[in-house]
Amino acid sequence: MTRFGEAATATRQRLRETDRRYSLRQVARRIGVEPSYLSKVERGQVAPPSEATTVRLARELGQDPDVFLAMAGKVSRDLQDVICKRPALFAELIRQLKDAPDHAILHIVREVRDGDW
Amino acid sequence: MITLENNSLEFRFPEVHEAARCSIDFQQTLRIPDDGLDYPLPPGMGRFPLRHLDDYARRAPRDWLRRGGVLMPMHQAEAMWISFGSGSYPFAVKIAAGKTCALTGDAWANHLNTDPQDYLVIPEQPWLDGFCVAKGIVRQFVAMPLGEGYSAEEQLTGAGEHGGLQIIAYPMKAERYEDLRSEAVVAYAPILSEPLDDAAMGLAPGGRMRQEIYEDDYGLDAWDQRHASRCFVTIANSTQWLALTGERPPTEPPTARDYTGAGLPWFDYYGGDLEALAETEKMRGLVSVAQLGAQKSQTPLPDNESVDAANVVTLRAASATQVREMPVGGV
Repeated sequence: MTRFGEAATATRQRLRETDRRYSLRQVARRIGVEPSYLSKVERGQVAPPSEATTVRLARELGQDPDVFLAMAGKVSRDLQDVICKRPALFAELIRQLKDAPDHAILHIVREVRDGDW
Repeated sequence: MITLENNSLEFRFPEVHEAARCSIDFQQTLRIPDDGLDYPLPPGMGRFPLRHLDDYARRAPRDWLRRGGVLMPMHQAEAMWISFGSGSYPFAVKIAAGKTCALTGDAWANHLNTDPQDYLVIPEQPWLDGFCVAKGIVRQFVAMPLGEGYSAEEQLTGAGEHGGLQIIAYPMKAERYEDLRSEAVVAYAPILSEPLDDAAMGLAPGGRMRQEIYEDDYGLDAWDQRHASRCFVTIANSTQWLALTGERPPTEPPTARDYTGAGLPWFDYYGGDLEALAETEKMRGLVSVAQLGAQKSQTPLPDNESVDAANVVTLRAASATQVREMPVGGV
């Protein structure tokens, strides 16, 4: 089983405990894949699905799509576009921050500026 | 601190508690008929886009920049509801339209009041769809240009000075949250050749719908008023949004008639034993857009026919999987 498959299975089964709509079959139908394919994804028998399917699955299960994409070894297209516009800058930034604690990273995240009103 | 993530305002208070975070986004929705009848809750049709106003500093009107915050597009006469997301960490949140409290009609104040209660409590309150005009009844938030007298701000203050939406969030005191946890009580931005028109949009009271605003069960002392984050949401009309950001605003949602005719669901919410707030005298006096339009011999709301919202789905508190959304496939 892959890390992605483990996370998807654990999340779906936890939801399934209180809501029947989270059966493998129903989740597969809602994200537009065959149940047999989703089963293989969960068991790690096939590679993680496409970016679009991974995002649909994350949303369906109430998870952060970026986290699911990372577990699938992918980076979302919008992030790729951001990095490709200024690749040297963002590559350096990410390397500089790779070991920084969460609170330090949050300090450089852009805040919504409050003004005078 | 407030950050902008996936068109959602994310409030975090790591200085208070690592779990103290919540999110607020603005949902496109259909405009319910403004016909004096009480309707169920309309569906969510996706988040309105939000952008840092500072990203358009060269072109945005000076007054908009002074306020800071974010920019959101709305078509004239388009409706909106506010969605609150929080894990288990409680927050007190004040919402104002044109610096006029959406619950009490009072002028903006950077603190919480309890008599009357001028804030709502999340996660108990999952949504706010409009102005509280009666106990268990709100009038839907509908975007109207300032200057025509329709907005709640103009009706209550006599002037259309601010427009937009204002939000401030206060986290629960960390020690109170820890007490709650231990008791296991918590169950649950094209170049312009001309200056941009700075006429702002405001929110006006539209049709009536059934929605309770819940009383604060924790009490005023539960909230950490030393720590708060606030944000001014400037509402741009579609022309202003396109001029500033170069992006097209979202398409307008379907009409209530088309949506209902397609057999799609409306919603009701059951919040358990929580007590609903009553309306204030000021809010009782609000006149809806259609009523005011009739007085002015105007028809400000197109497609305002009554509908029979018979297909109603009841959503309950503390269910993590329920969604208030237009079903995939839609209209």
